[in-house]
Amino acid sequence: MSASPSPAGDAKVLDRADFESLFGVLTEEGYEVIGPTARDGAIVYEALGGVEDLPAGWTDEQDGGSYRLRRREDEALFGHNVGPNSWKGQLHPPDQLLWRAKRAADGDFEVEAGVAAEQPPRRAFLGVRSCDLHAISHLDDALLGFDHPDTAYAARRANVFVIAVNCGQAAGTCFCVSMQTGPRASAGFDLALTEVLDGDRHWFLVEGGSEAGERLAASLPLREARPEEVEAALAVSERTAGQMGRELDTAGIKELLYRNAEHPRWDEVSERCLTCGNCTMVCPTCFCTTDEDVTDLAGETAERRQRWDSCFTLDFSYVHGGSVRHSPKSRYRQWMTHKLASWIDQFGSSGCVGCGRCIAWCPVAIDITEEAAVIRATDGAGAPAAGGEEEA
Amino acid sequence: MKTIADLLPEIPLFEGLAAEQLELLAGCGRNVVAEPGEYLFREGTTADTFFALRHGAVGIEISVPGREPLVVQTLHPGEVAGWSWIFPAQPWSFSGRAIERTRAVSFDGACLRGKCEEDHELGYELMRRVAIVMAERLRFTRMQLLDIYGRGEAA
Amino acid sequence: MAAGGPAEAIVPRRFRVLANRRENEDTFTLELEGLDSPDPFEFEPGQFNMLYAFGAGEVPISISGDPAAPAPLVHTVRAVGAATRAICAAGPGDVLGVRGPYGSAWPDAAEDGVDALVVAGGLGLAPLRPALYSLLARSAGGGRLTLLYGGRSPEQLLFDAELERWRAREDIDVRVTVDTAGSGWMGAVGVVPALIEKVEIDPARTVALVCGPEVMLGFTIAALVERGLPPGAIHVSMERNMKCAVGRCGHCQFGPEFVCRDGAVFPYERVRRLFGLREV
Repeated sequence: MSASPSPAGDAKVLDRADFESLFGVLTEEGYEVIGPTARDGAIVYEALGGVEDLPAGWTDEQDGGSYRLRRREDEALFGHNVGPNSWKGQLHPPDQLLWRAKRAADGDFEVEAGVAAEQPPRRAFLGVRSCDLHAISHLDDALLGFDHPDTAYAARRANVFVIAVNCGQAAGTCFCVSMQTGPRASAGFDLALTEVLDGDRHWFLVEGGSEAGERLAASLPLREARPEEVEAALAVSERTAGQMGRELDTAGIKELLYRNAEHPRWDEVSERCLTCGNCTMVCPTCFCTTDEDVTDLAGETAERRQRWDSCFTLDFSYVHGGSVRHSPKSRYRQWMTHKLASWIDQFGSSGCVGCGRCIAWCPVAIDITEEAAVIRATDGAGAPAAGGEEEA
Repeated sequence: MKTIADLLPEIPLFEGLAAEQLELLAGCGRNVVAEPGEYLFREGTTADTFFALRHGAVGIEISVPGREPLVVQTLHPGEVAGWSWIFPAQPWSFSGRAIERTRAVSFDGACLRGKCEEDHELGYELMRRVAIVMAERLRFTRMQLLDIYGRGEAA
Repeated sequence: MAAGGPAEAIVPRRFRVLANRRENEDTFTLELEGLDSPDPFEFEPGQFNMLYAFGAGEVPISISGDPAAPAPLVHTVRAVGAATRAICAAGPGDVLGVRGPYGSAWPDAAEDGVDALVVAGGLGLAPLRPALYSLLARSAGGGRLTLLYGGRSPEQLLFDAELERWRAREDIDVRVTVDTAGSGWMGAVGVVPALIEKVEIDPARTVALVCGPEVMLGFTIAALVERGLPPGAIHVSMERNMKCAVGRCGHCQFGPEFVCRDGAVFPYERVRRLFGLREV
């Protein structure tokens, strides 16, 4: 499935010349605008002052273990794909204070709640790609789904205005089509933009995705889109869908990975994997954290902080006596099996959104789509010969 | 009054053996009783007996210089002790000491070896069954060796 | 349940130590009373709390008291690291942090005619003790109750006095085995599977509750299945690294299961596939 059917509601058009007004309206509404900007050789998500901060005319070339910025021949504002960070950094920050305790008399202590009590700022996420919209939804599943939702995450989430951008090109590492997460945004946004460059014309199709989106759009200098403009925007997505750099066959993948836990490919990939954890940091759905207790030198104040963690670390699975997942093989297997298989049992969908970040940012270019394909092609390799499965 | 042959079917090791075979084996056996604390057999002495426990409990002990003997296993009714008798002139590698008042059938090793030589089918069957017991003992001993209730590596 | 709202799930409540009793060389049983709430700490057998020692850290510890008498809150802790050493060193008057209760419960084997076979290894007797209390309290119509308990040595056994009291009762059959013993020990020496081989059970009406070191779980389950127990009748308590204890940090994952939320008590049938795998 590539581009979704025609946009719901009345689509509008915003000219490139008027794009700055979007910043104006957002700022007036009290939003801090977070969006893509080029810095240190990558396109990252940071606070933007205006249109001039967008990486106009830049694109990215991505492949296994490789990411480079390159100048485009045009001045597209969103003519790139996804970089090393994702919206996870905004919603589920790498370091948070959970609570603080102060030592009191007689072996006692007092606890004060931390971040959970604070009101997060209002932010507008500008330029959220379809894969990343799905990723945010997966973070919602992981952090809000059960008896004890992450209230700090929920508060940040509630204070976000999402402006999606439908990709005008795919990177060599993209496979959202395989994961059915794009390239066209279908839900989870307040506004969605599709950038169209056609000769001299440079404009954006604007679609509303929520009441808040429609309200804000009413303050923008928009006009009704003509049918051929809607067609042109849809054609951009069609073209993008045809450019996917990778693919991943998801048919029966949960059972495939579950029954191939002893496949020799895990040994092979573990010879390359450094367990550096880059993949988990750049992945927009990896949500694992650890709780750290930090005291001051006097031992009078203790803080509980929540920080990003990675299942690739040796002590991630430590229980008294040692780590359950000691070998690098078991840790790579854990990550990939969780992402593509266990996630389905846990949350009802795949954990992978096909953004390709793990492929680009792996220093040794391990490619999740290749690993899945090899296992699928040699399903059952390494299984015990005779029916040694049954058991106790 | 029960004969030895009548008592043997109580012992799972002999389960399923034919009556004639049980008679043959019973010919090597006699009843023994040990009071609590008494040794049925001693580490280091020639192991030429094989015990099948009927009542009570026996502790398998290993002597450790400088301290009291360590009990590494207890045997209970239906279980058997000793396999060194299979090889002539082997010493017991552990002692068997009654924990409770214990009644057992004690088999003479030379007699058993003789019967096995005469009747190879019986011999094979007996060896096979003893091998199963030894395999389980080894399996259990390895579990004990793991010291699973210990503090683990990161003490 | 005495637990507060969602935000409170991550903030510990203060509990004062009333008593600290030594069980063996490195294991202690603590009795705690709540300072932030007067309510008794309601819990189900098999559940655990995150216990916090100021500045030292937080660890998951099963509740080891009687669910029918939830005050004081009872925990049996083994000192194996910085946090547990600090908790074990806490004396009457010291304050610890408590978050919980979390996790799943042992099955309620209170149905008439169901026999309960409780198999504990080492410290595993502590998470099972609440279930034993409940089973002992069930009406006379309840089925047979058997406790098989394996430990390292007679000195390492937990709850000595209680084991003696239970041994004297008619309604529970207690069998204890140790890995090694000196001459004073009158009980069995050997492994728990050896006890399982000999115990009288009717596999068609027995529910087994198993807790102990993970390597012991494997061969215990094998021995139970050998005795004819269907996998559906066996329940195990798993242990994994825990941080948040509310299913969000990802540390406790055991295959797709979150041990803090889907466990720690699991029907064996649910985790059978995972038991066959190493390093999962």
